[in-house]
Amino acid sequence: MGTSLMFGPRRVEQTFLQKLRQLNWLFVLVVCAIAGIGFVVLYSAAGGELDPWASTQMIRFAVGLALMLAIALVDLRYWMVAAYPLFALGLLSLLAVEFFGVSGMGGQRWLELGVVRVQPAEFIKLALVLAMARYFHGLNPPDTLKLRSLAVPIILIILPAALVVRQPDLGTTLMLVLAGVGMIYLSGARVWIFGVGALAAIVSVPIAWRFLRDYQQERILIFFNPESDPLGAGYQIMQSKIALGSGGIFGKGFLQGTQSHLNFLPEMKTDFIFTVLAEEFGMIGGLTLLGLYVVILAYGVYVSLTCRSHFGRLLSIGVAGTLFLYVFINIAMVMGLLPVVGVPLPLVSYGGSSMLTMLVGCGLILSVALHRGLSIPRKNAFG
Amino acid sequence: MLGGFQGLLSMALIGRLYYLGVIESGQYKMLAEENRISLRFLAPERGEIFDRAGRLMATNRRDYRIFLVPEQTSDVEATLNSLGQMIALSDSQTRRLLDRIRRQRSFQPVSVAENLDWKTFAKVNVASIKLPGVQPDAGRTRFYPDGRATSHVVGYVGPVTKEDVKDDPIFHIPGVKIGRAGLEATFDLALRGQAGTSRFEVNAYGRVVRELTRQEGEVGQTLTLTIDLELQKYAVERLAEKSAAAVVMDVENGDILVQASTPAFDSNQFNLGFSQEDWNALVQDPRKPLINKCLASQYPPGSTFKMIVALAALEAGVVSSSETVLCTGEHELGNRIFHCWKKNGHGRLSMTDAIGQSCDIYFYTIARRVGIAKIAAMARRFGFGEAHSIGLGGQAKGLVPDKVWKMANYGERWQIGETLIIGIGQGALLTTPLQLALMTARIANGGKQIRPRLVQALGTEPFPSARRPEMGINQRHLDLVRTGMIKTMKAGGTAFRSRIANRQYSMAGKTGTSQVRRITAAEREAGLEKLSQRPWEERDHALFVGYAPIDSPKYAVAVLVEHGGGGSAVAAPIARDILKKTMDIDPVESVAAGVVSLGAIKSSSSKG
Repeated sequence: MGTSLMFGPRRVEQTFLQKLRQLNWLFVLVVCAIAGIGFVVLYSAAGGELDPWASTQMIRFAVGLALMLAIALVDLRYWMVAAYPLFALGLLSLLAVEFFGVSGMGGQRWLELGVVRVQPAEFIKLALVLAMARYFHGLNPPDTLKLRSLAVPIILIILPAALVVRQPDLGTTLMLVLAGVGMIYLSGARVWIFGVGALAAIVSVPIAWRFLRDYQQERILIFFNPESDPLGAGYQIMQSKIALGSGGIFGKGFLQGTQSHLNFLPEMKTDFIFTVLAEEFGMIGGLTLLGLYVVILAYGVYVSLTCRSHFGRLLSIGVAGTLFLYVFINIAMVMGLLPVVGVPLPLVSYGGSSMLTMLVGCGLILSVALHRGLSIPRKNAFG
Repeated sequence: MLGGFQGLLSMALIGRLYYLGVIESGQYKMLAEENRISLRFLAPERGEIFDRAGRLMATNRRDYRIFLVPEQTSDVEATLNSLGQMIALSDSQTRRLLDRIRRQRSFQPVSVAENLDWKTFAKVNVASIKLPGVQPDAGRTRFYPDGRATSHVVGYVGPVTKEDVKDDPIFHIPGVKIGRAGLEATFDLALRGQAGTSRFEVNAYGRVVRELTRQEGEVGQTLTLTIDLELQKYAVERLAEKSAAAVVMDVENGDILVQASTPAFDSNQFNLGFSQEDWNALVQDPRKPLINKCLASQYPPGSTFKMIVALAALEAGVVSSSETVLCTGEHELGNRIFHCWKKNGHGRLSMTDAIGQSCDIYFYTIARRVGIAKIAAMARRFGFGEAHSIGLGGQAKGLVPDKVWKMANYGERWQIGETLIIGIGQGALLTTPLQLALMTARIANGGKQIRPRLVQALGTEPFPSARRPEMGINQRHLDLVRTGMIKTMKAGGTAFRSRIANRQYSMAGKTGTSQVRRITAAEREAGLEKLSQRPWEERDHALFVGYAPIDSPKYAVAVLVEHGGGGSAVAAPIARDILKKTMDIDPVESVAAGVVSLGAIKSSSSKG
């Protein structure tokens, strides 16, 4: 979705080369390192072959990396202008999925666009962060504390969430809600609101339960007692824990994972890729990857703290926070701390839409970083 | 504050990772190994069974069979249907298989078909790629080269059932068979051998990826018998379709050379599987093919028991060799009259003539004199009334009745009349052909208390013949009895027509005809020649015991033909033929035999 909006900045304070030089290349390197770990694991998961996963993933990463750098160089104000249109576009594509979507893996999630299939649900997460940042940026600071100011953000969350939950994609829906609520929190809303919100959420659980599909209910039930059904749905969690645990501190060694190579692990190239890593490289491997993610998060927070514009602050920490939320939910899920909800591991899991979304997100963080000195008026930035 | 929250989440992840990867790692490592490694037991080669000359009586041959692992099939019935197009499964077989599959655990393979020819097997083998769960297997199965001649000695193997104590890993091997009858059952543990193991890696779908380690099993121990296979086959053939039994024994050491029971069954059939018809025919046959008549059935010995009565009387001193008894055809006891088989009587007879001509009156007389206690004691000394441990189960002990027995079982006093009846081997007295052969052998060898032996070695460990203490019977008395037995085969003797003219083959013996049903007075009036008109199962048993050669006895024989009629007409010719064949082969004299059988042991054990 983002590519069509790539146009050159009209008012540039820095030259193209200056920007390129100022770019935080260390951050780019960390992103590459994370993706690199993904390639290694995909290579192993295919039984020591580049095909079919690692090679495809590399091509996607190359495209995504270029996109990330391009996005980084775009002036932050353009992103602010594009925030609402992008969100609208995201909603439209979700609606398109509803009517023309391609089914697969127990849900209708894909949109066929010529040769590529995209998952609009992935992109809408960034669009939501953008739109929320845009909204709170435009709000007068005193209004932030007012309860009625929350009406728009809540609508912004509910619209895409309602569409995504119908696909049905429980993981993404949760991610959208969490990211949105996180943005409201970061914007400075009062804490008691979240208390009330949490209470409302708990109360609505029985109602929401009825809207969940059978397999979703099953997954949640099994999360609480995975051993109850070792050959059925609990199988995934059991095998995943076995893979993680048997890896020990140093792992079984590259290409030596038995759980993965003998197909005991489910979805090992996508949602459960962390297990493959931890089985072969052990706790050391897992911690290394986690450390790299923390670097990205820390950079996002740092950029947020040093940014002059409210939009930039919210966007940077919003994207970094969302990314970390992904990481946390995915890893917690494969380790049996959370129910299996189908959240990919950013930049590592096999999958084009997720990979591109994450790189676009990193591009936005870099864009904020490049333009953090820029001060953008709270109202009508472009008149 | 936000950083702190994220840090907390990170710590949770790290903590969990530490818990799984370090604290619980051992357990998960084990689980991962359990996932990936499967253990399969390798069927050991069942020990072979040889005759005394090292000829095979039981061995193993290649068996092409098809297993089905229900767990690995998506649709058991559909798979069976596709299999049925290749291996011809009847509806009832399919039903039985489905029933079996329902009852056992789904990962256990079920044997669908066995003993397939190579062509069919190859066809299934090719098709099995498309039929998950179908496992073609080239295993080994038991084979009895002379299954019909040896079935009652060797027995047979059969599939494991729920009742078996499943403590041997061998039971985990699909299609394994264990000893179910005969020596196969008695020596099952030794014959089984030790199961080998194969550890291999499987993937999540249960497909074998590679073998990790393999430990070959141990071949079962071999069994070497005292049986002479050639002679055994001859005896079974000679008995033919009669309901009969024959035992040939080495008089010097009790080795059983022949143990034939007919009609027989084919041991292989228990392996190949019976058709319903075949099975019904086997079970419903009134001649009871499944029963080993040599030792599992008991019969009144009839006149073959007269040697025991004679010896009891001689040893007790109540009769002398020179004394004669007058036979008028009748013997009075109180108001009862006991008859001789010869209606008009034998006239005056000495003991040897009484044996040779099987005079009943003579034996009524001396039995009455010596009394039941001494007769019973003598019978027991010769091995009656007890089971002999030769390695075969289901042995009948027989019955040697006496006063104590009568009181214990009927609460009544012993009647003298009963003693008289025992004196001619009738009444409550019961014996087995094996016991009769043993008695004959002990008489022939001069009163040495040999014990019957059927198995001479298990593996390389010999089962030595038992000690053979002197029974302490006066040799002159034994000579007298043997002379009587020689007279049986002479002119006037009851088996004169079955004599062997050739001096080299000279034999001695005693006929016997044991009543199945009491002869009523009315029948006696009508005449005894109407025997052949009685229903088969009411006819007399025909018996003959004998030994040869007469000068230095080597072989004893006992033949019984159920409901065969008279001992002299039916049993004696069979016994003569078997003894003649025995002397032709002369298994004891082939000293090489022992060498051959030891060689067989060595060669078979080195095969493993």
